[in-house]
Amino acid sequence: MIETDSVGIVKRQFYTFAEPPNEMPLESGEKLGPITLAYETYGMLNEQKSNAILIAHALSGDSHVAGYYSQQDKKPGWWDFMIGPGRAIDTNTYFVICTNALAGCQGSTGPSSINPATGNRYNLSFPVVTIGDMVQAQTHLIDHLGIKRLLSVIGGSMGGMQALEWAIEYPDRVVSCIPHATTTRLNAQGIAFHEVGRQAIYADPDWRNGNYLDEGVVPEKGLSVARMLAHITYLSEESMHQKFGRRLREKERYGYDFSLDFEVESYLRHQGASFVQRFDANTYLYITKAIDYFDLQQDYGSLESAFKNVMAKVLVFSFTSDWLFPTAQNKEIVQALQVHRKHVSFVEFDLPYGHDSFLIKNPKQEKLVADFLRCVYDEVK
Amino acid sequence: MSPKYKKYTRPDLQIIFDVIEPHSSVLDLGCGTGELLKKLIDEKEVQGHGIEIIDDYVLECVAKGVPVLHSDLDKGLDDYPDNCFDYVILSQTIQQVHRPDVTLNEMLRVGKIGVVGLLNFGYWRVRHYLAFQGRMPKSRVLPYEWYNTPNIHLSTIQDFRRLCHNAGYNIVKQVNVSKRKRGQLLPNLLPNSFAELAVFVIKAK
Repeated sequence: MIETDSVGIVKRQFYTFAEPPNEMPLESGEKLGPITLAYETYGMLNEQKSNAILIAHALSGDSHVAGYYSQQDKKPGWWDFMIGPGRAIDTNTYFVICTNALAGCQGSTGPSSINPATGNRYNLSFPVVTIGDMVQAQTHLIDHLGIKRLLSVIGGSMGGMQALEWAIEYPDRVVSCIPHATTTRLNAQGIAFHEVGRQAIYADPDWRNGNYLDEGVVPEKGLSVARMLAHITYLSEESMHQKFGRRLREKERYGYDFSLDFEVESYLRHQGASFVQRFDANTYLYITKAIDYFDLQQDYGSLESAFKNVMAKVLVFSFTSDWLFPTAQNKEIVQALQVHRKHVSFVEFDLPYGHDSFLIKNPKQEKLVADFLRCVYDEVK
Repeated sequence: MSPKYKKYTRPDLQIIFDVIEPHSSVLDLGCGTGELLKKLIDEKEVQGHGIEIIDDYVLECVAKGVPVLHSDLDKGLDDYPDNCFDYVILSQTIQQVHRPDVTLNEMLRVGKIGVVGLLNFGYWRVRHYLAFQGRMPKSRVLPYEWYNTPNIHLSTIQDFRRLCHNAGYNIVKQVNVSKRKRGQLLPNLLPNSFAELAVFVIKAK
């Protein structure tokens, strides 16, 4: 049964642009086109087109942020509890858009897409894209939908980087933005975790230098190890202890062999195995690379100059147990905006679930986002 | 909402409100639910910003459209450059910080003018309570037990004036507040004994 405050049954849509010879220029200097973005929308765009909210997903997310694809669908979109009629991002009031990121594998153009110029899959000939390129691609869709200014751009983790990029690069197109559990640049530790994940993929003999799909195989082992590692970074010591402790998996005593002993091992294997069912290994390489390259300090000289022209009202929130994108990194956004006396608010939630806390239902987070959006919408109405 | 600390109707808010010039920039340290900032933003069109440690209060500020930073004053104001605000307000908060002298110093570093609302522990009722009951005073504005009070640095008006003198701050203005209906004669004559609260406007020399 679908809940009454769900957006209900939703459908994925597609928009294609940057047809040659009008390819989209990328930060690397290369060009890409045509580009297709998969996206979903919920709610109704009002007559003034002033109620549009863009949600940007994290590394492994997709355009399916809310609702169900069918009555039989067991799981709703990845941020469903936040979006729906009467929910924090109220679809009775707002028009919500979510795209699958450029280089993604859930319907948007990425390394597994066919390059129309050659008739073959891009694989590793797909150009390396950046967070800025992902956002530039989104602007094409927003133009296509006839929206001049977004009421808000909301995103956690990599989605937060996109929200920041929107506010910085397109200041007159964003009324507000809500980056959370994010950073202005990935630190060495973050890059290190990504690199281990990529190495796991390269090391899988089924990766075939990125040509696995053409050769009819999938680097399942490599991608699942990458996911297992990454998943640990999304949790916290405390939440893992609470969830699994040292509990054994379907046995009373140690096996004294290398079979499965602990619950936590079983959980991670399950996370890895289910991830390879829905995610593409090359996309994993490209998206982790895009996150690695994100560095506002470097791109703009300093954080102060990066945020100088921001016009959006900004709300940042972080979580005490997030050690991947800790509070201090989120606060750097706030500090830089405050130097320019921009409208910025910041909240740190005391929750034990690590980086993934923003994906877990939390009434305070819902209230915060709902109230902030109501205030910014009251002003543009 | 179950805030950790109750807050009471605060007679000093109007005085502070009157002190602030329209269209100025204001930082409110320990801004609570943002009541004063909201009024200042709406009615005096100030550029207002708050800092508050209790998350439920921070959420109330956001709900009012008041920009606010969820942060601990005792961790300092390092986020702010020198002289970036016209006014920095510290209203009935100074007694809750670990080092009032450090907070005052920081306050006058980031702001040109400091506005401090002070609970006066020298108020005669407080003295009376301690003298005759022999216990730590409790009242409408001091509702806590000694062991659970967030008010760890209570002082008298004289104490505060002495701190300003020693630290080299100018007291530009002092407004004495009493809840008494019979006028302000006694509180103004002998504030250290008869003012329940005082609002100080201070500047670094």
